[in-house]
Amino acid sequence: MLHFLLKKLIFTAITLWVASMVIFALLEIVPGDPAQLMLGINASADAVAALREQMGLDLPLPIRYGAWVGGLLQGDFGVSYTYSVPVSELIGERLWVSLPLALLALALSTVIAIPVGLYSASRRGTRTDTGIMAFTQLGIAIPNFWFALLMVYLFAIWLQWVPAGGFPGWDQGLFKGLKSLILPAIALALPQAAILSRVTRSALLDVMGEDYIRTARAKGLTARAVLWQHALRNALIPVLTILGLQFAFLLAGTIIIENVFYLPGLGRLIFQAISQRDLIVVESVVILLVATVIFINLLVDLTYALVDPRLRQGTGRNAS
Amino acid sequence: MSAPLIEQLDAPETWRDVAKKALHNRSFLTGLIITTIILALAIISFFWTPWSITDLDISLKLKKPSLEHWFGTDHFGRDIFSMIMVGARNSIAVALVAVGIGVLFGVPIGCWAAAKGGYADEVLMRTNDVIFAFPALLSAVMITAIFGPGAINAILAIGIFNIPVFARISRGAALSIWPREFIMAAEVAGKGKIRITVEHILPNIINLLLVQGTIQFSLGILAEAGLSYVGLGTQPPMSSWGRMLNEAQTMMSFAPHMAIFPGLAIVVTVLGLNLLGDGLRDVLDPRLRRER
Repeated sequence: MLHFLLKKLIFTAITLWVASMVIFALLEIVPGDPAQLMLGINASADAVAALREQMGLDLPLPIRYGAWVGGLLQGDFGVSYTYSVPVSELIGERLWVSLPLALLALALSTVIAIPVGLYSASRRGTRTDTGIMAFTQLGIAIPNFWFALLMVYLFAIWLQWVPAGGFPGWDQGLFKGLKSLILPAIALALPQAAILSRVTRSALLDVMGEDYIRTARAKGLTARAVLWQHALRNALIPVLTILGLQFAFLLAGTIIIENVFYLPGLGRLIFQAISQRDLIVVESVVILLVATVIFINLLVDLTYALVDPRLRQGTGRNAS
Repeated sequence: MSAPLIEQLDAPETWRDVAKKALHNRSFLTGLIITTIILALAIISFFWTPWSITDLDISLKLKKPSLEHWFGTDHFGRDIFSMIMVGARNSIAVALVAVGIGVLFGVPIGCWAAAKGGYADEVLMRTNDVIFAFPALLSAVMITAIFGPGAINAILAIGIFNIPVFARISRGAALSIWPREFIMAAEVAGKGKIRITVEHILPNIINLLLVQGTIQFSLGILAEAGLSYVGLGTQPPMSSWGRMLNEAQTMMSFAPHMAIFPGLAIVVTVLGLNLLGDGLRDVLDPRLRRER
């Protein structure tokens, strides 16, 4: 177990390191000088040079990379070029919108998908099953931002139950905040729920074909008991994998959905930062999201080991 | 007397067998019909559209769907059905090239890793893991933002993330073929690894690649629509489904048809491709068939 853990941790560290280099390198080739952009086109060359020096832009690349990563490790993300506030503060503010949104969407997707997958698997081959599967095919094909637009039309413009966009802030009360997050969360959750319920169903069906399920049935357990006690637990591995992947997908998905609903989250922040050439903000948001994905993958891997003791020996799923 | 069982099992499927199976597969047929229609609309749009999409006639603006304008008109008085036809070109081209990039780089990488094994394999697969850690959409946004919005950069951004997908799937499939007897026979016969890969491995994994290609194609269409919707993909005056949705957003309250039809076009196309992929998998490789 220790060996397994150590190996995973080392891979995680290497992945993070490579990812940070890639992000840094990509943003180095962005056209446009941030110092020039901040001062405007009328600034004198001397002023721009002075600001470049003050911002540390004149230092050699490896030193700047080192300073950036060193800062990150201490929780110091640097200072935004355009807002002149610490980046960590900016991100902290926006995270309060994006994170609840992604979590809400993940919860919705799971709450919908697992029962649907279970039900569909237990009715396998029937017309209900076929109907549900056809419905999930449709769900996968729907772009979430289009679904969001339709819901805005139905619930915000026509029925006027919820606001069409914007976010009042959590200080206006939990209910008001949730009210403006519910449509975006549903829009994000729907395609994910469709995928997840298909995975749940097929994982369950795979497990249901195993010998130990037949044994459990043979010793007199009801079909329902077998499904809940034996099949579901063993079907969890693929479901967990997809759940982990989906969280990453949901975090990235918030980028587009936040633009539909004018939500002041990380997605909007990154768009603003890109258009203002506020590199340090872009770098920080991207590395934060990528690091989150990497850690979730690590967590999923570790959860495998908890669910399936065979994997702890390091003999199991290593090759891939 | 029928042929011995072993021979029956190993008898190669002829194209006629496959075609016969395909015609009996409901999801393959539905997918094929939908995909063909969309493809036909895209091709026809080069020669003819019901209305010209470059002539702006403001007096016709924001018309509701009617017999004359099937899907209505937009804020410049352009016919939405015609714009969807032209937009299909764009979606298909972007997704197709993106899949092409993935296949062109990913398949050789995956096959090479499988043939070589050991250290090279490990390094390649870990590199793959790093790329997978970047949420594709986020990276596409970053790439198009850095190199400037536009169809070409959107293709590259989507295509890059197809590479690890194809590398992984061809490596996995190739690995399962390498230990088989006929490969050993080829090795004994003195064929090199490259020749074996080209002559024996590739023909055996092509089915799998075809199925994955269909899936990546539909994902590419969704990704292009998303990028164009936030303004980072296809630029005007080119017509694109994602852009149409972007323009429709501010007019949602009085012209919902502007948003409904381009979105439906995306849904129908993606659905068609997914059904085609599912059907292909069932038809081409019965071993992979999920219990239904």
